[in-house]
Amino acid sequence: MFSYCADPKTLEGLIWLFCYITTVKHMSFYVSFLVVMGLITLAAPLAMAFGFAGAIACRSSIRLFRYLGKTYLAMIRGIPDIVFFLFIPIALDQAFEYLRHKVLCPEVTEAVRQGNDFVVCTAAKLPLSSASEWVHDFYGFSLALLAFGFVFGAFTGNVLLGAMSAVPKAQLETGEAFGFSPRQIFRRILLKQMWVYALPGLSNLWMILIKATPLLFLLGIEDIVYWAKELGGIKTGVYEYPHPDWRAWYFGVLLIFYLLLTYLSQLVFDKLTFRLSLGQATMAGKSN
Amino acid sequence: MSCLQTLSDYGLRSIGYGERLLPKADITLCEQFVLIGSGMIWNIYFAILALLLGFFLSTILALGKNSNFWLFSNFSRTFIFIFRGSPLFIQFFFAYELFVILPKLGVDLDLGFVTITLETRWFTKAWLGALIVLFFNTSAYAGEIFYGALRAVPSQDIESADAFGLTGIKKFKRIIWPTMLRLAWPSYTNEAIFMFHATTLVFFTGFPAWQQKGDAIYYASYFADKTFNPFVPYPIVGFYFILLTLVLIGLFSIINRQLNKHLPSQERKKLKINTHSLIR
Repeated sequence: MFSYCADPKTLEGLIWLFCYITTVKHMSFYVSFLVVMGLITLAAPLAMAFGFAGAIACRSSIRLFRYLGKTYLAMIRGIPDIVFFLFIPIALDQAFEYLRHKVLCPEVTEAVRQGNDFVVCTAAKLPLSSASEWVHDFYGFSLALLAFGFVFGAFTGNVLLGAMSAVPKAQLETGEAFGFSPRQIFRRILLKQMWVYALPGLSNLWMILIKATPLLFLLGIEDIVYWAKELGGIKTGVYEYPHPDWRAWYFGVLLIFYLLLTYLSQLVFDKLTFRLSLGQATMAGKSN
Repeated sequence: MSCLQTLSDYGLRSIGYGERLLPKADITLCEQFVLIGSGMIWNIYFAILALLLGFFLSTILALGKNSNFWLFSNFSRTFIFIFRGSPLFIQFFFAYELFVILPKLGVDLDLGFVTITLETRWFTKAWLGALIVLFFNTSAYAGEIFYGALRAVPSQDIESADAFGLTGIKKFKRIIWPTMLRLAWPSYTNEAIFMFHATTLVFFTGFPAWQQKGDAIYYASYFADKTFNPFVPYPIVGFYFILLTLVLIGLFSIINRQLNKHLPSQERKKLKINTHSLIR
């Protein structure tokens, strides 16, 4: 990257270290931190949407929706989240390909599942085998994102449902007394009031979401865990920068990165809780 | 091949008994059920030992966090922060790499009357290395729960204990600890459930599944790879874990009833699963 790094064999000490941590591969390592941050920022609103839908479904007057919603929210309590992280991307991938197969190649009559194979016609492959590298990466990332949205949607749904039922009944009844329609009560009172009750739960979920991001590695995405393993492994003399097994160091760095991230988030949430509870009829609101 | 035959072949496969080769072609539903169930042995092993050991350490950590003694308090706070603030996944990786670079030779421990050779290579095996990580992890999470409960012990209870002249260990054992446990129990039940869930991470991290002896999800992903059909093995894992969760709730509510026995019925706390802050 820098001109004086051209011949690493001659370098020593700090300059060697500096050149070592600015190699192209290390740049990919640093970029993968951004991938993690990107996943968090995209998964959070997605999970919010899933969770909101789940919570609304639980309160629906239609029985089918209620059952679906409750199953969705309850599932996550009994089954480890890893199962979903492994299951959803493959399942979605196969579902998409199956649908495309039915639409794009109606002339093929053979079954899609043949023994241990899943065969769709070439045109139905996702992404197309002719697609460029970034399309594959993007597709993989999107599937991972959906898996995160689904799992954390269930957690969020639980929190939001709890928050909705925590809003004082008297406030909703006041709305009724004023002649608000159920929809107006929901939008103008419930939705406005529930956030302060949801905040502790949501801040917890944010932490959990941060701590779940290394699972991207399981989904075959070149994230920070992948690069830490890759860069930390023993590099023999044939490499430009030979070094012994440094994986413990690399994972140590990741550990510190996550500790910092959760610590900073905690600070922000403490501030936010303080702000939101101002003027609320709660203990926290009164003491300010 | 009948299902009974499969059961005797693969029932204990995960701990090394029975058929050596895993099924490769023409995988039946029965084989998936049996082998994944066999893998559950590991999940149960990890969770139960980690929870049993962690129960004691977490009480110590809770007392430490609450203590006035600077060193004890700071140690407990740091321990809890590190294990709760970082992903379990990274903890596994980090611990594994640390264990790998430990000196390969055994370390001799001289206890005066007998010398024990600590085999450091065992640390890189899942049964010990991963267990240690899970043990520390659950101790930190449960330690925080117990700390919260410790702070919530009614001050009148402690004052009455003082009035009766109870001090030190006796006061802790008879008054503070039972109340703390009673207050913490619903949250601790959740912690136990999610501890079981956390054991599924073990074989996806550095810890190798030696001779393909893995846990439930290890076999499930094996089947998903082999049959290219995720719709059978993963729901089976889900089924086993839901069963396990129900059994666990049953056991914990028996203890809960014991802890709440002396209270009037409307003051008793019911067990309820919530998902706050317990996923690693």
